[in-house]
Amino acid sequence: MKGLWWKFLGAILVMYAIIGGLLMDAPTTLGQLDETIRNLFYHVPMWFSMITLLLVAFIYNILYLNKGDRKYFIRADSLIKVCFVFGILGILTGATWAKFTWGSWWTKDPKLNGAAVGMLIYGAYLILGNSIEDRVHRAKTLSIYSIFVYPIFIVLILVMPKMVDFSAHPGAGDTQGFTVYDLNNNLRKVFYPAVLGWILLANWIASLYWRYKILKEKEDEENINSEHVDA
Amino acid sequence: MLSFLSVFAQEGTQSLFRQSGKIYVVVAVLSIIMAGIILFLIRLDMKIKKLEDSKK
Repeated sequence: MKGLWWKFLGAILVMYAIIGGLLMDAPTTLGQLDETIRNLFYHVPMWFSMITLLLVAFIYNILYLNKGDRKYFIRADSLIKVCFVFGILGILTGATWAKFTWGSWWTKDPKLNGAAVGMLIYGAYLILGNSIEDRVHRAKTLSIYSIFVYPIFIVLILVMPKMVDFSAHPGAGDTQGFTVYDLNNNLRKVFYPAVLGWILLANWIASLYWRYKILKEKEDEENINSEHVDA
Repeated sequence: MLSFLSVFAQEGTQSLFRQSGKIYVVVAVLSIIMAGIILFLIRLDMKIKKLEDSKK
């Protein structure tokens, strides 16, 4: 049971965020946002999870290039693939929220478009991976690509939106940070646990995926070896 | 955690959002779904663990 505590912590926090996020008192001073501010606890953690998964992948990629242990590459690769789940959920939930708040599924919001470009950059990761046959060559090229691309991704979704005039997101462009609206501190009480919970849950899911991948690779190697013996 | 929830509940007796009390049904449904997903993840984790142990 050792090493399980963070998985349970993640599960409990996500549960708390779902229940608390629906039952808390939303601030009444938010204008067109109104009760939809509750989406803060569901839409935003998707992005925090994605950024964290990619950060962990970035670290594993550096570890792989330094130590040469293939296990690290498989972990990083799995993390990047799982991050697509959260990225797509983030875009879909954001589009839904935008439709009912600003009347459009897709806006000219720099954060939204930055995120979309960032997803395309990581989409290129998948294509690049499929185009290289040799295992070691593939792992090294993908690791270098991922290390290069992560800072660009961060700039696209966290730095660039702060440099423009218009944004639907708090703390970007002409908008204020969400803490300004959080008069009774209720948002914060749910928001921080929600973010932490989803980050842990996302890492749990990614770890299940890479453990499966490592097992599968072992199995494939065994099959190849046994074929050689037969021949 | 429960005390947190009761704080939310007490503050919001006037809120339109909770006036009919139906929102609790939604909370219950979402909780069941999330609990189901988490249970599934736990089972998956245990199955992978078993396989890992047998491979060693």
